[in-house]
Amino acid sequence: MNSMTILDAGTVAAGSLLTVAGLSVEEVAAILTATDRLERMAAAERVKILAGRRIALLFYESSTRTRTSFELAAKSLGAMTTLVSDKSSSIEKGESLKDTGLTLRALGAECIVLRHANSGAPYLLAKMTGLPVLNAGDGMHEHPSQALLDLRTMLARLPGMSGRLVNAKTLDGVTVVITGDILHSRVARSNAMLLPRLGARVVLCGPKELLPEDALGLGAGVEIERDFDKALKQAASQGAAVAMMLRIQRERLAGLELDLGDYISRYQLDQERLTAKAPEALVMHPGPMIRGLEIAGEVADGPNSAIEDQVRHGLGVRTALLARALGAGGFESVTI
Amino acid sequence: MSDVLILNGRLVDPANGMDVERDLLLRHGRVAAVEKPGELRAIKGKEILDAKGMIVAPGLVDVHVHLREPGQTYKESIKTGTTAAAAGGFTSVVAMPNTVPVNDSVAGLEWMLDAARGAVVKLFAMPAATFGSMGEEITDYHELQRAGAVGFTDDGKPVLHDRVMRAALVAAAGIGVPISQHAEDTRLTGGCSMNAGPVAFRLGLRGMTVEAESKIVERDIRLLRDIERHDGLRPHLHVQHVSTAKAMSLIRTAKADGLHVTCEVAPHHFALTEEAVGEYNTNAKMNPPLRNDADRLAMIDGLMDGTVDCIATDHAPHALFEKEQEFERAPNGITGLETALGLALRVLHQGRGMSISRVIELMSAQPAGIVSLEGRGALSVGSFADVVIFDPAAEWSFAVKDSRSKSRNTPFDGASMLGRVMATISDGRVVFKG
Repeated sequence: MNSMTILDAGTVAAGSLLTVAGLSVEEVAAILTATDRLERMAAAERVKILAGRRIALLFYESSTRTRTSFELAAKSLGAMTTLVSDKSSSIEKGESLKDTGLTLRALGAECIVLRHANSGAPYLLAKMTGLPVLNAGDGMHEHPSQALLDLRTMLARLPGMSGRLVNAKTLDGVTVVITGDILHSRVARSNAMLLPRLGARVVLCGPKELLPEDALGLGAGVEIERDFDKALKQAASQGAAVAMMLRIQRERLAGLELDLGDYISRYQLDQERLTAKAPEALVMHPGPMIRGLEIAGEVADGPNSAIEDQVRHGLGVRTALLARALGAGGFESVTI
Repeated sequence: MSDVLILNGRLVDPANGMDVERDLLLRHGRVAAVEKPGELRAIKGKEILDAKGMIVAPGLVDVHVHLREPGQTYKESIKTGTTAAAAGGFTSVVAMPNTVPVNDSVAGLEWMLDAARGAVVKLFAMPAATFGSMGEEITDYHELQRAGAVGFTDDGKPVLHDRVMRAALVAAAGIGVPISQHAEDTRLTGGCSMNAGPVAFRLGLRGMTVEAESKIVERDIRLLRDIERHDGLRPHLHVQHVSTAKAMSLIRTAKADGLHVTCEVAPHHFALTEEAVGEYNTNAKMNPPLRNDADRLAMIDGLMDGTVDCIATDHAPHALFEKEQEFERAPNGITGLETALGLALRVLHQGRGMSISRVIELMSAQPAGIVSLEGRGALSVGSFADVVIFDPAAEWSFAVKDSRSKSRNTPFDGASMLGRVMATISDGRVVFKG
């Protein structure tokens, strides 16, 4: 007999985004369409969309890009934002995530953007508060808005993509090589779960310590190739190539020893490697990057690099996600 | 204490090879008579239980429960925990020592076993194998046995050092009790909160490997061999809550080699897999963790082929606020006393065709044997009057709101069960009526 299935109490409010797995391709398309629409809108119009609405940014981990872009996105929609961080709040005194969430709700927060060091924390917050929660990165689990902004960056930068409708074939012929510390990367998980559903091949690349075989369980369309040169070359030979580089997350290594010299020689994306193996590849990095480690400075600043585009698209995509969370700006039907 | 007469039931008493209609007379806390229907005439002053359509069996025995007293009575107390035990059909439970303070002294053990604690069923205890369960220096097994210890364990933690585990096995062998081992190489599980594998990877959780369990089992079996060879003793290793096919296979081999190894499996390890973690459900978090389906099926195979000696719940109550935390921060463990029989009958009997008699044996006579409970686990004339009466055909859903435990941390709220306890009798007293 099969193992038993059990009930999991608590529901997650519509408009939440906790994992890319919960998004249908149609929803992805709707988010990107809304991003375009909101971006084109006059600032004076956009600021009315969430005028007077309250959004809490709850950050248990440091962040530059994600926090700032969510905050600027909220403000561009006219929402009031408040930032709560673990360093300057009652979290330091031992207040639980549940109580912190309930407090924010009592203060009128209508949506919480959460960054947390524990995988799954956004589920807890969403179920405890009943509020729409946007996962701004949870432990080693997911960073869904990053995957969406990465997708938008690819659509904007890869040849022949602009204006394409988002569906299950949009990224046909695109190979995304995600290289580095896959084990600890929420960005890798979100991208590896999202992009194949739009037709892309995702090739994960890295040493065993940072890329266990278990990663293949992320879903169909995900492969492992430990030889970075081979992965790049193969990607370039089959159509459009994307080289997505990841930082080694020293804060999560938990005792794992790594020979950095060896790592750099095998996995750093430098100009020579890029030119030799995939000269047309789009270079991406979710940041923060460590120049000279996973990526050479000249590549990060070079013509193939989409790193700053990613940041810009982050602002746009997060504007749409906040409008969606609060059922406004074209998402009126989503949360009702 | 009034007499109790149980009439018209089907007596299933595996230790005596009985599966037949019998009436039982319980008198002065003992089984006074077991007779064919009609032989025992009703006498005034008796409490009569009509068990028509029911199974009458030895009260269930759980060699692995956490009753949280002393020190954590906000989770459970000896009284509430044993009340839950009675509701689940258990008449004997063995309390683990990871209370606050750790149960590692005669004074602590006597306090725990004192009638003033209000145990509703018979309470036994395994004190700590080492002082403070720190894994460094073994406790005074002789004195503790004299005060009632039925075995020793550092449950929740393994006895990690070879030298200490060896000393514990030798000392326990000298007085004929088991060392009950939580098999987890904690050097391999730091920061881990579920089973290692693709599910843990997808959820971004660090995983406990199969090897973290099997390495300790392997080491302990090696120590048994070594002690038998060099010390002329026959130590008894009891492996707690086996969860992996690999550990099960090691135990099977060790048994075939004639070593004195016993083991238990918890209902959640034969009913659920790691998929139950779902969206970080902390009621699916326990240690050892829920494993994959191959491991789950290996637990069932072990139960079917006799490698597994007993079912034990690892009843581990925790307060709601503790489980309403980030998955990695939430404590390990689930309650289990009220769902064990219903799950065993549903999964093993209904699902896999194990006889009801065998299910009962795995939950009464065999666990009683592991910790040498004299006069319990069987319904021979003269035995303690520990009886469970249950309806083997009743299908029902467990509702956590009705739980007698002080805590609510179970993944089985709403789960369908087979077999419902109608009455539990401990030492001749009716302690539960369904």
